[in-house]
Amino acid sequence: MAGLGFACLLLALGVCAYGVATSLYGVRSGRLEYVDSGRRSIYALAGVLTVAVLVLEIAFVGDDFAFNTVADTSSRTTPGLYKAAAIWSSQEGSLLVWAWLMSLWSSLALFLTRKHMRDVAAYATAVMLGFGAFFVFLMVAYANPFATTSPAPAEGVGLDPLLRFPAMMIHPPILYSGYTLCTIPLAFGIGALLARRLDADWIRAIRRFAFAAWLFLGAGVMLGALWSYSELGWGGYWGWDAVENAALLPWLTGTAFLHSLMIQEKRGMLKVWNVSLVLATGTLAVMGTFLVRSGILDSIHAFGGHTLGVPFVILIAALIAGSIYLVVSRRSLLRSEHRLDSLLSRESMFLANNIVLVGLCFVILWGTYFPLISEALTGKEASVGPPWFDRYTVPLALVLVALSGVGPVIAWRRATLANARRNFLAPLACALLTLLALLGAGVDGRPLALAMFCCAAFALGSVGQEFFRGARARRAMAGEPAPLALVALVRRNRRRYGGYIVHVGMAVLFVGVAASSSFEHVNELSLSPGQSARVGAYSVRYVRPTATVTPKYDAAHTGSTLSLGAVLDVTRDGRHVATLRPSEGFYSSGEAAQGSVGSLLGGQPVSHVAMDLTVARNVWTAIQPDIETPALKRIVTVGNRTLPPEDGIVAVAYLAREYLKHRPRAEFNLIVSPMVMWIWIGGLIVIGGALIAIWPAPARVRARVGAGARPRTVRGLARV
Amino acid sequence: MAVLVVILTLLVLAAVLAVISAPIRAARARREAAGGAAPAGGDAEEALAARTLEDLEAAREAKYREIRDAELDYRTGKLSREDYGAIDAELRAEAIEILDRLERLKPTDA
Amino acid sequence: MRYLLAVDPSRKRRLRLVAALGAAVVLASALMYTSFSAASPALSPSELLHQAQPGRSYQLTGMVVRGSVHREGEVLHFSVEDRAGGSQVVLAYTGTVPDPFREGREVIVTVHKQGGRYVGERNSLITKCPSKYKTAPPSENQNS
Repeated sequence: MAGLGFACLLLALGVCAYGVATSLYGVRSGRLEYVDSGRRSIYALAGVLTVAVLVLEIAFVGDDFAFNTVADTSSRTTPGLYKAAAIWSSQEGSLLVWAWLMSLWSSLALFLTRKHMRDVAAYATAVMLGFGAFFVFLMVAYANPFATTSPAPAEGVGLDPLLRFPAMMIHPPILYSGYTLCTIPLAFGIGALLARRLDADWIRAIRRFAFAAWLFLGAGVMLGALWSYSELGWGGYWGWDAVENAALLPWLTGTAFLHSLMIQEKRGMLKVWNVSLVLATGTLAVMGTFLVRSGILDSIHAFGGHTLGVPFVILIAALIAGSIYLVVSRRSLLRSEHRLDSLLSRESMFLANNIVLVGLCFVILWGTYFPLISEALTGKEASVGPPWFDRYTVPLALVLVALSGVGPVIAWRRATLANARRNFLAPLACALLTLLALLGAGVDGRPLALAMFCCAAFALGSVGQEFFRGARARRAMAGEPAPLALVALVRRNRRRYGGYIVHVGMAVLFVGVAASSSFEHVNELSLSPGQSARVGAYSVRYVRPTATVTPKYDAAHTGSTLSLGAVLDVTRDGRHVATLRPSEGFYSSGEAAQGSVGSLLGGQPVSHVAMDLTVARNVWTAIQPDIETPALKRIVTVGNRTLPPEDGIVAVAYLAREYLKHRPRAEFNLIVSPMVMWIWIGGLIVIGGALIAIWPAPARVRARVGAGARPRTVRGLARV
Repeated sequence: MAVLVVILTLLVLAAVLAVISAPIRAARARREAAGGAAPAGGDAEEALAARTLEDLEAAREAKYREIRDAELDYRTGKLSREDYGAIDAELRAEAIEILDRLERLKPTDA
Repeated sequence: MRYLLAVDPSRKRRLRLVAALGAAVVLASALMYTSFSAASPALSPSELLHQAQPGRSYQLTGMVVRGSVHREGEVLHFSVEDRAGGSQVVLAYTGTVPDPFREGREVIVTVHKQGGRYVGERNSLITKCPSKYKTAPPSENQNS
């Protein structure tokens, strides 16, 4: 069956080559049937890659270890769900999933635009097929998912235990969807520049794709942060790691694009900005994909394999050079229809928004690629750490939150003083009240956090005012009761009010970040059973150790052999708050050389954190039990010597009993962070707002808009 | 097993060829039914007309949205009465222009 | 003052554009310049032994020497050697130890020289996922 999979890859290459040729021929000669054939090539590519993915998935689920990928990342003892998800845990499998998702989203995009923009879509098709060809070529030449070994090994290595978490299973597909969706606006942007067509129709189409890309990318980044926080042992959600940053960069330019597009729509301005942002977003997405795969930057995430570096660099260089050429050669098409009238206007605020977001992007880009830059410039590799990133991104984030309160409320073209007084009084009052309340409550010593709280209050006040005034206006016009007016307001102005909700979510998110990072309490220490430690206002007592032995073929859990942990009693002012059970799981390594007992425990240990999460704060605990005490090591050695492999589990059970009996010290990592949940709540609000904003208007509204438009429009003119 | 692989591969290949050649075969059939080859230019003209229609329809939708947005801005206090009057008149005039051009292209409805 | 107000709009716009671009260039240059002094150089153990000055932070990259890991209470002691073998640096580290940490793995840890010893800065230990393409037996393959 591997033959079928590989044949599909070769077929995919052929389809891509054909599709590029036929799309370009069709659009140059004006023969639509060739353009259609090119579009169907994308559908065919999606179909062929689906077959390939199915072949690989069936191999995973069926434990076909002849496939090298399956043998390297799965095993009979890997739980079922993780077997299916293991496809994207390896270099070659993830390339296949990337190409497959890209072909699916491209098919959808072309299907939705099949009756419009035939010329733009034709060029876009060629670009998308080009990307498809690139990734399939990588697989065929460098990282073949269908490579086999004969004879097939009897058992695989198993999915790395660090990946056996639910969040880890949905994070890659969503993140890859985000990355691949970014290539669609890129393709349509290049197509529009080639076809010399950047107008209302293009805007309408590209906005949808950019929004989808933004949504998935943002969700992917959030899921990564959530996974890092709740399932990894370091207690943080963002480490400015190269791979985290790589996914954030296109999201930032995507955010700028979505906002700045509104200005192009309304005032015909910022056209150069918009195409540049679209091209930058796509290029950054490809750069991010490259960064994760090439191993050129030290990161805990990076896949191995320096061989992929060269093709990617060529692709990125081509994208950058091509983009610059296209924008420069089409600059007559990109002239602004209007000029900036005043620095205090909505247009300026959106421009400032673009600048801040691009500035943030530049800072993070510079810091992420700094090891390469410093090596190139000084010959020595150096890197910057989280403090450097924080120093520059925090002030920019403050400005961003403040802008989200100013932008929606300031007038178009020119803001007047009276105007400003009317619109900014209430939000500023909110900010001031918040400041006074916080200072009064004794929250001080952290000026940046305070500044963020005030900016967020300002933004929230501004949005609240918008909702209030909008509902009031609707009541005046339609006489509805307040709650109905609010709902109707949002339904009839989805883009605007959905966007406001997104701003609310972002403000809440930043408040959570500021509070949880500036005011957290950390205690890392070792405790014996019975001992307590203080962290913040809480007292944590190590009550007793726990040890659980999981049978080797247990598919219900994550498949650990042994789990050592502790029962912790968390109290505050004497009152019981929670009982937490952090643990560390020890897994099989599959290496017979480690001995019958050693091989059961020699795999990657994984920390399972325990936390008590409420809206106000999180009490986060992790344990590092010591499995290498002399007594326990002796059990392993003796077991290795005397027990056959199938009885190794007996020694593990004995070890567990001894651990409980000797009640040893263990290392604990205890963190109390206020308002961490606000980050995730904020994220959910952002997603909700985004969905409202892109939800299409019901068909009947659209029809009403069409019919009788002329008379209404004329009547309107007469009214004035 | 190898035979199965070959058969499946050929099936996929056949499906792919069928899908991507369908529009070309259909166009050829249409042309033969219409009697002789129609000039390729005809397709291009059609495409151009269709393109302008799409543009205008999208521009019309965008203009309506702007008119509604301006009204909402006025009612929520972001535009003064005079400013709103001027902007509203301008937008409606632009909308009428778009409707006029649409009517010239598609005289059947407004 | 009246002259400034009388400047025609297109010149005013061009001035604004130039000013904005100028500000952007200055800020970007400041950022880039300061990053070089704020960065910690990445050194292998042999380079560290030659170049380290007390008081400065360095990013030490290398492999954890087998048999060198032992824990004394809160402090984890281990040695890091060059990827190709050779010089070793012994260091004392406090803080979170990431799950993938073990002997024979590649690590990155921020260190500074204190007297004659090397101290690993708190929570700065990162363990690299082992590459799939190493010649070692296909044991742990960590790709996320």
